[in-house]
Amino acid sequence: MAPAETIEPTAAPLQAPPPPTDPERPLHTLPPPFTESHLEVLTQGAEALVYKTVFLTPDTPCVVKYRPPKPYRHPILDRRLTKARLLAEARVLVRCMRDGVAVPGVLGADWEAGWLVLEWVEGRTVRKVLDGWAERVVQKGKEGMDRVSEQDEAMLGLMQRVGRAVGKLHEIGVCHGDLTTSNLMLRTLEKQPTQEAPKSRGRLTTSEMRMMAEDGVFPDFPSVSRGKEQDEAESLEGEIILIDFGLASHSTQNLQDEDRAVDLYVLERAFAATHPAAEPLFKEVLKAYGESFKGAMAVLKRLEDVRLRGRKRSMLG
Amino acid sequence: MASIYTLTIPHYPTHPIHIALFRSVRNAAHLRAQLLSANPSFDYAFLDATTILSYHQLLLAAQLALHAHLTGRSKTRTPHSELVFRLHPNNNIGESYRKFGINNASSTLIAIKFSLDPEITGESVARHLGEVVEGESVDIGPNGEELAMFADVAKIRKIFKLNDGGKGKEGAAVNGEARDERKQMESVILGTIALKGS
Ligand SMILES: Nc1ncnc2c1ncn2[C@@H]1O[C@H](COP(=O)(O)OP(=O)(O)OP(=O)(O)O)[C@@H](O)[C@H]1O
Ligand SMILES: [Mg+2]
Repeated sequence: MAPAETIEPTAAPLQAPPPPTDPERPLHTLPPPFTESHLEVLTQGAEALVYKTVFLTPDTPCVVKYRPPKPYRHPILDRRLTKARLLAEARVLVRCMRDGVAVPGVLGADWEAGWLVLEWVEGRTVRKVLDGWAERVVQKGKEGMDRVSEQDEAMLGLMQRVGRAVGKLHEIGVCHGDLTTSNLMLRTLEKQPTQEAPKSRGRLTTSEMRMMAEDGVFPDFPSVSRGKEQDEAESLEGEIILIDFGLASHSTQNLQDEDRAVDLYVLERAFAATHPAAEPLFKEVLKAYGESFKGAMAVLKRLEDVRLRGRKRSMLG
Repeated sequence: MASIYTLTIPHYPTHPIHIALFRSVRNAAHLRAQLLSANPSFDYAFLDATTILSYHQLLLAAQLALHAHLTGRSKTRTPHSELVFRLHPNNNIGESYRKFGINNASSTLIAIKFSLDPEITGESVARHLGEVVEGESVDIGPNGEELAMFADVAKIRKIFKLNDGGKGKEGAAVNGEARDERKQMESVILGTIALKGS
């Protein structure tokens, strides 16, 4: 088997990996049936290694989440913990799928070996979307442009979808447990081939762009180039998919408003960490959340307590 | 000769799988009797095609059976019986045969053969099935879509205890895109069988 470095040229080199349990297989490579071919490293977190590959058919892209053995833990305990975490994540995902919450489907699993295969979500994380947006806000600030644009409207629409997606999750009794902006993805709408941009197009006027944004459609009329901003406005369309259920819990009766409120608080902190300008965006998330299910207003009330406690803690900190 | 579709599942390149699809089958009882008597030349998974909602459902069961076989964790006698077992949502082997296997009244058939032995080729399988199945062979295209053409959605829903269209009360595009109901159903089925036995 080739050393793993040859398959992950873009990944940061691992710092002295602990000795593998199986000397034939370095710790950071996947167990069978996966080999280094058709495997692309996405992230190497503390708990899980995430790869992109294909599953079932050559054109079914997927994510493999692998929880490697932890050499510092007792092997029996380690296997039991790995299995419990992997199954907890997979079961919550299937539950969500059953109840119509948009999550990646479970395509396969081997809980003894520690891997889980999930449907590939084509798109980018909300974190990336927000970073891109914050960059443009700063840029426009410098250029002294009007900050309220079509982009912002599309952005507000996106925030409402985030709020409703989280609301739906909470409504079915699932608490995410790690609701950061990296764990929300915006699935790119599949491009219809007929909408392929012809080579030469005339420049769009602002009002034309606004009309299109309002209609949510992008008619195929001529322009030299739709411009960077227009492309990005278009890419704010799409479904919000919740990912990374490694810390999630499901319960039909016991899901407390407290747990839900903590989910929202974690998400709020993630927004705040992006850029100060992102804070008004989060208001839109909460507004949509509040309207999304019956108990939502009580959760928002509870969020105020959680915030207070969070602030006190950081003051004592 | 029956028309055979041969594929390999990604990551299992050395284990080809041969699949044939039939309609208007007239001798299902005879075929089933061969399985029951463990006739060695009938080492196949014979499925009633009405229970297959999608190509991926079939492939996942095949992957699970192959993986169990290769890692020594099969729950049944052969990879073929394992495939039938893996299609079913619970751990009852007899029930999985009753639900997914051919029955005496079946008129559609999906026959699956793992090539675990170099003697078994698409050619040999085509010849044998052509001789023993009294029915009309259906060509399977590159996407395997034909394997789902006889799906009895209501029946499959019942087997997997799915209520119509999930609990999604909202029909329309609340979250940016209308959910494809059948796609969602497939996804729940895949997750359910992937986690069976956990
Ligand atoms: N189904 C998917 N489709 C596409 N990309 C995905 C999918 N799942 C995960 N990713 C990508 O891989 C990254 C890491 O995945 P995930 O968050 O599930 O793993 P993790 O190791 O638990 O992460 P964390 O470091 O947040 O704990 C995600 O942020 C996302 O960019
Ligand atoms: Mg994550």
